[in-house]
Amino acid sequence: MTKKIATREAYGNALAEFGEQYPNIVVLDADLSQSTKTNTFKKKFPERFFNMGISEADLMATAAGLALSGKIAFASTFAIFAAGRGFEQVRNSIAYTRANVKIGATHAGITVGEDGGSHQAVEDISLMRSLPNMVVINPADAVEARAAVKAAIEHDGPVYMRFGRLAVPVFFDEATYKFQLGKGAVIEEGTDVSIIATGMMVSSAVEAREILAKEGISARVINIHTIKPIDKDIIVQAASETKAIVTVEEHSIIGGLGSAVAEVLVENYPAPMKRIGLMDKFGQSGKPDELLKLYGLTPEDIASETKALLDRI
Amino acid sequence: MEQEKIKELQQKANAIRQHVIREVAQANSGHIGGALSIADIVSYLYFKEMNVDPSNPKWQDRDRLVLSKGHACAALYAALAEKGFFPVEELLTFRQTGTRLQGHPDMRKTPGVDMSTGSLGQGLSVANGMALAAKLDKKDYRVFVILGDGEIQEGQVWEAAMTAAHYKLDNVTAFLDYNGLQIDGPVKEVMSPSPVEDKFKAFGWNVISIDGHDFNQIEDAVQQAKACKGKPTMIVANTVKGKGVSFMENQVGWHGVAPNEEERDAALKELGV
Repeated sequence: MTKKIATREAYGNALAEFGEQYPNIVVLDADLSQSTKTNTFKKKFPERFFNMGISEADLMATAAGLALSGKIAFASTFAIFAAGRGFEQVRNSIAYTRANVKIGATHAGITVGEDGGSHQAVEDISLMRSLPNMVVINPADAVEARAAVKAAIEHDGPVYMRFGRLAVPVFFDEATYKFQLGKGAVIEEGTDVSIIATGMMVSSAVEAREILAKEGISARVINIHTIKPIDKDIIVQAASETKAIVTVEEHSIIGGLGSAVAEVLVENYPAPMKRIGLMDKFGQSGKPDELLKLYGLTPEDIASETKALLDRI
Repeated sequence: MEQEKIKELQQKANAIRQHVIREVAQANSGHIGGALSIADIVSYLYFKEMNVDPSNPKWQDRDRLVLSKGHACAALYAALAEKGFFPVEELLTFRQTGTRLQGHPDMRKTPGVDMSTGSLGQGLSVANGMALAAKLDKKDYRVFVILGDGEIQEGQVWEAAMTAAHYKLDNVTAFLDYNGLQIDGPVKEVMSPSPVEDKFKAFGWNVISIDGHDFNQIEDAVQQAKACKGKPTMIVANTVKGKGVSFMENQVGWHGVAPNEEERDAALKELGV
């Protein structure tokens, strides 16, 4: 069985790992360091860790001040509070100033589970993507999450990183995996249709591909870890080489990956398309796997929606 | 402080006030009242206290000013121009298309501006971050903040007030520009923040109340703030909105309205032009 690790776990480990090499990294949290896993960094570098208490507006603007005085400031809390509660601080104190703040937002999407809709950010990518100067990364597994943290450190400017609560399969190989900011990757070849996925939906897309293969459909699977800036070329190429495009994200179909891909296509290479994600709905309490079923985000759902799209064109 | 130095600071403050009138009149837009109320504080900071280098605005060891009530930036720009960060003539481009002098401060555009502000309530948090960085790096630069009295109605100010005390940021010195007026009327009628001294004391701050137009009192308060260890300092500066121009003083109508030519000339005349 594939090993499962939550991307938030990998985030905390990466902070502790890179904290060694980068003495100017500081980490701030808002009373959730056990959950966001920034406590892994805190244990190793207590003098460079600042708990801000439950005050996300202050968290974001304090991180900006640290970054504008030479630090690489990681600010962490749940995605709902990072992108939601702290939005205007992120906009004016971080994005507008191009402060070198890295927002490590955990517990994104419906797989937060039992905490329910109030705590399940399904609009954070949309909010962050609309901000000038902001880079938005949504890693698919633990290997990619570590690489994303490294890329964020090497990038001078604000970055929003989206991590999940749930342990998800590790399917990239640490030894061979290469991360390039702003570049998508074809992880499975295919000729009939392209499934473009982000975050934990990448592994589901790969499973959906296997289901489709049994029905004689050849699906390409593309991993988009950087939602902004988006890899235009890989999307246009997919549209030109396959018959249709499907996007899959654990996020609202409004403003996230699906929207970003649609924007590229409509201006460059209009193609039949289906967006899979939260259909303009809030989440609710439940077990993550049950919620994924309820909201139509399982490999079976992806396969059947893909088939339906191909049937109608 | 020597009499001569006080005179120099008064002259600088007066020049700042003249620039404020000209900037806002030329732009036909901007915030005069709250810029005039902080002119003396800004004059003191840039011409007596702060260690800055106009030829190297991003110098890492400089003292910093976060003008949290960013709408009063006409006064900040005037001080920066007088200090030599950019030509005084540029002040007349204030708020116009293509200008480096934005309607609210933009640190990426204006030399000498340490933080982009204007959306109220965020500046003290940012200043705390800068002060934490100084502590980590064992640097002795200080971070000054100017808050509006209406601004402290923002909840984030109190989050930041907790943070500054919690992390013992004695390198943070904040001024509260207590001019008593905000857009919709007297602060105490819109949403009273009083008693502000008690509130900041309760939040763990060293609090000093002064006449914000008296250079000796400003000097004493800033020196006390520097001597105070383990606590941030809030200088509650009792000021007059529109200070220096009789028909603008204590008039809420002059918060965000530009003078016409006649009013401009009358104001400049009162300021000795």
